[in-house]
Amino acid sequence: MSNITEMSAASLACAIAGGEITSVQSTQAYLDAIEAREGDIQAYNEVLADHALQQAREIDAKIAAGQNPGPLAGVPIAIKDNLCTTYGHTTCASKYLTNFQAPYMSTAVAKLQAAGAVIIGKCNMDEFAMGSSTENSSVKITRNPWDISRVPGGSSGGSAAAVAGDMCAASLGSDTGGSIRQPAAFCGVVGFKPTYGRVSRYGLVAFGSSLDQIGPLTKTVTDAALITGVIAGHDDHDATSLPNPVPDYLADIDKPVENLRIGLPTEFFAGAAGALSPDVKAAIDQAIDTYKNLGAEIVEVSLPHSRIDIDEAGGLSSFAVACYYIVCTAECSSNLARFDGVHYGHRTNDELTDIIELYSRSRAESLGDEVKRRIMLGNYSLSSGYYDAYYNKALKVRRLIAQDFAKAFENCDVILCPTTPTPAFKIGEKTDNPLEMYAADIFTISVNLAGLPGISLPAGFSNDDPKLPIGVQLIGPVLSEENLLRTARMFEKNRIQDSVETKTEHEFHG
Amino acid sequence: MVNTNDIVQPIIGLEIHVELDTETKMFCRCKNNFGDPPNTNVCPVCTSMPGALPVMNGKAVEYSMKVGLALGCNVPSHTKWDRKNYYYPDLPKGYQLSQYDLPLCEHGYLEVPLSDGSAKKIRVLRAHLEEDAGKNIHDNPRHTGVDLNRAGVPLLEIVSEPDLNSVEEVAGYARSMQRLVRWLGVSEANMQMGHMRFEPNINLHITRDGKTYKTPIIEVKNLNSFRSLEGAVAYEITRQYEEWQADPEGFTLAKLGKQNRGFDDATGRTVFQRDKEEAHDYRYFPDPDLPTVEVSDEWRERVRSEIGELPLARRARYMEQYSLNFKDADALTMDAATGDLLDGAVALGADPKICAKFLLGEISAIANEKECTIAETGINAVQLANLANLISTGDINATAAKIVLKNVLNLKVKMQSIRDQIKPLMVPSQKMFKFVNKNKPQLTDAFREILKQTETATQNLGLLPSQIAEAEGLLIVKDTGQLEEWVDAAIANSPEAVEIIRSGGKKTEKSFGFLTGQVMQVSKGAASAKDVQALLREKLAAK
Amino acid sequence: MSKTIDADLVRHIGKLSRIELGDAEVETLGRQIGAVLEYFDKLQQLDTEGVEPMAHAIELTNVLAEDVLKPSLTPDQALANAPARDENFFMVPKVLGESS
Repeated sequence: MSNITEMSAASLACAIAGGEITSVQSTQAYLDAIEAREGDIQAYNEVLADHALQQAREIDAKIAAGQNPGPLAGVPIAIKDNLCTTYGHTTCASKYLTNFQAPYMSTAVAKLQAAGAVIIGKCNMDEFAMGSSTENSSVKITRNPWDISRVPGGSSGGSAAAVAGDMCAASLGSDTGGSIRQPAAFCGVVGFKPTYGRVSRYGLVAFGSSLDQIGPLTKTVTDAALITGVIAGHDDHDATSLPNPVPDYLADIDKPVENLRIGLPTEFFAGAAGALSPDVKAAIDQAIDTYKNLGAEIVEVSLPHSRIDIDEAGGLSSFAVACYYIVCTAECSSNLARFDGVHYGHRTNDELTDIIELYSRSRAESLGDEVKRRIMLGNYSLSSGYYDAYYNKALKVRRLIAQDFAKAFENCDVILCPTTPTPAFKIGEKTDNPLEMYAADIFTISVNLAGLPGISLPAGFSNDDPKLPIGVQLIGPVLSEENLLRTARMFEKNRIQDSVETKTEHEFHG
Repeated sequence: MVNTNDIVQPIIGLEIHVELDTETKMFCRCKNNFGDPPNTNVCPVCTSMPGALPVMNGKAVEYSMKVGLALGCNVPSHTKWDRKNYYYPDLPKGYQLSQYDLPLCEHGYLEVPLSDGSAKKIRVLRAHLEEDAGKNIHDNPRHTGVDLNRAGVPLLEIVSEPDLNSVEEVAGYARSMQRLVRWLGVSEANMQMGHMRFEPNINLHITRDGKTYKTPIIEVKNLNSFRSLEGAVAYEITRQYEEWQADPEGFTLAKLGKQNRGFDDATGRTVFQRDKEEAHDYRYFPDPDLPTVEVSDEWRERVRSEIGELPLARRARYMEQYSLNFKDADALTMDAATGDLLDGAVALGADPKICAKFLLGEISAIANEKECTIAETGINAVQLANLANLISTGDINATAAKIVLKNVLNLKVKMQSIRDQIKPLMVPSQKMFKFVNKNKPQLTDAFREILKQTETATQNLGLLPSQIAEAEGLLIVKDTGQLEEWVDAAIANSPEAVEIIRSGGKKTEKSFGFLTGQVMQVSKGAASAKDVQALLREKLAAK
Repeated sequence: MSKTIDADLVRHIGKLSRIELGDAEVETLGRQIGAVLEYFDKLQQLDTEGVEPMAHAIELTNVLAEDVLKPSLTPDQALANAPARDENFFMVPKVLGESS
């Protein structure tokens, strides 16, 4: 048997359910891996060792008693620190919630547990999921396992680094504008954002409520299908969760999609030629060739309102990014109003008698710069006099962006494009310029605006030293998860390099 | 210092907040209840824990539609939820879920009866659904305590057009609205429990020397009794006129705009209030957590069909069909259940006027005594009809009717309480009966007796007034043999009175009354006084 | 990097946002927010005449819960994270009245 921490979640669950290894063994193996690598990678805000071992013992007892331990029997899974758990803390990597212990369980984590998963820890992230590098965490800087001088991406950077560093079998992240897919691409793992509403958001600390979606970061596409199948479904606690029944994503996962039509958006290819790093461009071309060789038809489609513009200085911009930042900052300005120092969270130690001062100082002391910036931007674009020019305009552009996708999907089944314009950048490289940081999500953002499912797959490496993973993104129509995952699996089976194997040869020191 | 040449027209609009009487809150399934210990009816949603999400209460949506349709509002096919952003400790999310530009109900009216017998139509601009805030408790002098039990209770905000022109109209409109929401069963509208709160907008249009001046619009916040509503409006009308007279060009809407004031119950005055959201910019935007509400024609019509006859229509019908006067018809239509009793009894053939007299007389008195509604006294339409028929046929007199009624209601209450008490005991006591029967036969008889008594008592619940009257000997005795016996005995027992009558002295009438009284007493009220007197005259004349 | 919003406007938004700002922060934020707003202005290039605003990613309707009680938290659970409490109340400095 191979090393436990290198196994996929699906094989690990099989091995545990089949009695080849115990859940305690597997949990201990991961705790040992965390012990060994966390110092370099800093993926976790909190490792729930005692709790995880307790859960593992319960799973082992279940198996010993001949009960069904569930499809994720004993699999150690890490959770982004913006998903509420009744054990440990839920901090969102914010000083505001440093000591917060949720009195209730998020639906997604409750479902993982019910399926037999062992919750091993809470992963670092950009504060309140606002960022693309996990550098906005108030807790620590997480490093990319492929090169620890580089960022893991964000905002689910801890979740991606933990999977890439074999410090958990899989993890959950949340994706508002690319926060699962972008770090997955940077860290060389699979990152899947299902259709908006496919997974209940109950217990996910809201950032942009109409964009947020929970999804898995995994070592394989099959693991992504397995975990999505567990966490998806309608939830009475989330009115935006979709009522549609959840198909068995695993049933046909290995069956290639017939008559597959892959759409390439003009605006992301010819129109954005200068936007991509040469390594990314080569990897994406190779991915297109892989699908061609598998018999897929390649068609050109158009997403005019997601167009990428390049200025003289090489800066990237798009309508979608502008639209996205108006919508998400507006929503977050209101979503984060509850962090006011009254009912839970940080309250200033200064003895204040005025409630407004108490709010303003408590928030000033405990929220990070990017969070403050976004709250203020949101309040600006919602305030009277600016609403129509910014917020309402953005909602209209949002519809145009969604309509572009609907039209494109009349001619193709799946859209293929890069996940990110470049591989992982250096820590500190973009922290001074918010707009440059925003450009890191230029290929992922439209997907959230339109509510579509999107997946990032490892698609090769850069020529950097050490080499860096590159991600390819597949996007499907609303609720096309089954087809999208099968399409992704086709690529995974046939890709030339296996990022998991390559990575394990690599020392985790950049 | 009223300038008699000024024409002063108060222009008043009223916002009424009505808490809906649902089991659970608007966006979570915590109990919607007044008066529970602090922070007991709270959950992650209504304490605004990170990650919690609202899910709307379908019952509250239907209740609101019901009010809207009863007000003749348009209930549009598409409505949505918006966030109203402001900070206050009793608003834990930092925003209130409300409806901004697409309310559930719009453009209706309420007819308000005025003291001169006329009625005025007050237009309703809109009625929208929102969530109530928690409560700030100010008992401690140094800090404020926050109780979130009320946070998230469904609140219907009904906004009138500025069609009200006097204190009387404001009060009449507010009371009519209270009657309507009670009638529809969507709110208890209990003022003490804060189920209804008022915010009047008041200004004056003053015409002097052909020129019209408008005073600033004053919104008086958070009034929670009819008394303070009337007091605040009356005070504002006087205050604004005085302030305007002192500065006719300065104290105007154009110069001062809108202002908020609070009302001090103790002094009866309004006081200037600083705006809580200084910037006064609520940054409304569509709530992303709540899907829109689409009202289909079928849904709207189903809710409409559940409304039934409205109070004013019923009142008019009572005056027309039952020939009741306005006062009685009005009193009988304060809530739906009282009128339902009346209609039920009339349908069973009872005289509406006699029924109305009982409902507003004896039964109301008992209801007041017990601090409950007429319907809650426990009388049903069959009993009411039966009682009214006893009066119509002359089988019972007014005094006896009171006794019978008391018996009917007391028995009912008694039996209901017995029934409630024994209900949880019934199964265990039957089990115990079997056990005792087997092991301690000597106790079986006692048990059997208890069970028998309980059964009898339960059966008596269905007794009709006529049965009670008969059992208690309260029916008027029409048996002349019995009457003669009583009259003869009275004559025999009171020779002095008989002598006075026979001699035709001064005290004849008094003695005659004495004899009648004697007979009535012996008959325990079951004799008809008229019959007794006739018989007495006959007997005394014959001798 | 040209658009900057003036200090008064930054302070006003800071107030709306309930975030206390130092003078240096006001300056930095004015510049940064200005730059992002300039980016936002990009949308003015698009003709959105007659386009229905899209507030939800997936447009569901009438998701209504039944009016049936479910368990609440205990006061201790509800107040466990409170920065200050007075018995079973959340405690704040003195405020006037209630919101509405």
